[in-house]
Amino acid sequence: MQAPVAHNPLRTALLLALILLAVAAIANFFPPALQRTVTQAMIMVVVVTGLYTFCGNSGVFSFGHVAFMAIGGYTSAILTILPGKKEVALDLPLWLEQLQLPVSVAGPIAVLFAGLIALLVGLVFMRLRGIALPMATFAMLVIVYVVALNWQAVTGGRQALVGLPRTTGLWTAFGFAVVALVVAALYDRTRRGLALRCSRESEVAAAATGIDVERERLLAFVVSAMIVAAGGVLFAHFLGTMTANTFYLDLTFVTLTMLVVGGMRSLTGACAGVALVSIVSEVFRSVERGVSLGGTTIAAPPGLQEIVLALILLVILLMRPHGLTGDWELTLPGRSKR
Amino acid sequence: MIVIQNLIDAISLGSVYALAALGIGLIFSIMRLINFAHGELIMVGGFVIYAMAGNPMIVMALTAIIVVTILALGMERIAFRPLRKASPPTLLIASFAVSYLVQHSILMTFGSRPMGVDFLSGLGESIEFAGLRVPLLQCIAIVVTVALMVGLVVFFRASRIGVQMRAAAEDFTMARLLGVKADRVIAVAFALSGILASFVSLYLVAQTGTVSYKMGVNMVLIAFVASVIGGMGSLTGAALGGFLVGIVSVSLQAYLPEELRPYRDAFVFLLFIAFLLWRPQGLLVRRASERV
Repeated sequence: MQAPVAHNPLRTALLLALILLAVAAIANFFPPALQRTVTQAMIMVVVVTGLYTFCGNSGVFSFGHVAFMAIGGYTSAILTILPGKKEVALDLPLWLEQLQLPVSVAGPIAVLFAGLIALLVGLVFMRLRGIALPMATFAMLVIVYVVALNWQAVTGGRQALVGLPRTTGLWTAFGFAVVALVVAALYDRTRRGLALRCSRESEVAAAATGIDVERERLLAFVVSAMIVAAGGVLFAHFLGTMTANTFYLDLTFVTLTMLVVGGMRSLTGACAGVALVSIVSEVFRSVERGVSLGGTTIAAPPGLQEIVLALILLVILLMRPHGLTGDWELTLPGRSKR
Repeated sequence: MIVIQNLIDAISLGSVYALAALGIGLIFSIMRLINFAHGELIMVGGFVIYAMAGNPMIVMALTAIIVVTILALGMERIAFRPLRKASPPTLLIASFAVSYLVQHSILMTFGSRPMGVDFLSGLGESIEFAGLRVPLLQCIAIVVTVALMVGLVVFFRASRIGVQMRAAAEDFTMARLLGVKADRVIAVAFALSGILASFVSLYLVAQTGTVSYKMGVNMVLIAFVASVIGGMGSLTGAALGGFLVGIVSVSLQAYLPEELRPYRDAFVFLLFIAFLLWRPQGLLVRRASERV
């Protein structure tokens, strides 16, 4: 095992941002459908970067972060949908029903709210050790899903909540992807980030050197929940509708696949995972729509896309358990210090 | 009277949960894998019954058991055997991938809509007994679960491979050093979990009369909770956990205020989190201090 090279996470983040900029600039000239795919991938960069901040640095898997996407998305939805529509679909207190904020105000409120929930949940969860912690995050996902599915008055229950302003375009998503990368890199640079990565390598050794593992995990949990919630807000205003089923096991699987396939121990890996999974999904989605071969259209049955994703994840786990990038971070050649 | 009625409901539901939890606990005790794909074994069992509709009941049931067992063995051979040295979270992610793969293969073949199956629908009738109304299916579920558990106990105590499995669950490395064949023990564990899963499918299909590609998900989530509550690695614990979750679910269903009842599962999982904080190692496992 090679020693991890010391590098500057900020430089990595900026290089990744440049690549994203190039992708966005090219996608600008794509047909609308393809442009939407790139936009969605940018949103996923936000989400997976958030996931990396906790899972990557702490080495603890979380199956519950999609719940923070849901919390962010629903909060922003309730704050931005037209009062008239809310009156019909929901059953909110009058002041909340009358309230209609622009997305630029509602979004930050939603992110802060998700951060607050993460703080409360994290205070309890971070006391858990070993496999109990991922199991608890799983339980959180189920709880948020069940509540979203049944709380007719606030989430619309089993009906889709419609009428969110669709403000997330390609460049908005790009902007937030860069912000997410920079925030994650800034956190990585701090001694708190270093302490958490230390606990990833050995919880016992970290505790022995005076690192309060619980506290470090809690901080990362809150930061990562807020980044993920920002992704949730973007996603909600990208789709324009909210349903509980959007934010459940399938999205959890896709986001975790992105993280693991790319390599959950590096920021570069998070982006690489999003890129690979998005490209594969898009290719097979178009195959499912139908490919014309010599006059006849051959369409693969639905489900093929997911099967291919699952196979890729399995192959990566078998062949490269640390993901495509492993510990490797994108950096300028010959300039890494030490 | 209503209390006893609820108790019977709880025990019969709990016995099915216990079967599902045993399947998960069995694999975990031996290879530290939380097998999320166990739900897909249950689901595929349902689809085998659907595909075999029209044949005699016993043929449908036997085919389901055989196919699911083979699928369980296949999963082990293709996905989990190469990953045997991986950490528990990695194994869990891998089982996620297997689950997703199987689910969508079924979706691709049969479509996403739930489909009706006529399987043992006669068992929906109830027997009146001292003022209690007990559906026949519930009685059979309890009897079958008890029979399977007795069978498992006998298997683990009396058969050579059963004893080896217990040894492997205790200390896998030591068992190997003493000549226990790892591949065989794990394969048998998967075969057993497949058999247990197929009985859960028989129950689910008989009870609901439908199959869908998502039918295993809820059951596997409950089975997770049950096996963790009992204590990962303890089979008695998994069974106990199953019954406990059954009792808690039925009690919540019966005693929660009307408007909160749709949130039953949220309460189950909330209690689960509270339980984790109280006793993260589970009821029947002593907390081992971490070795450095």
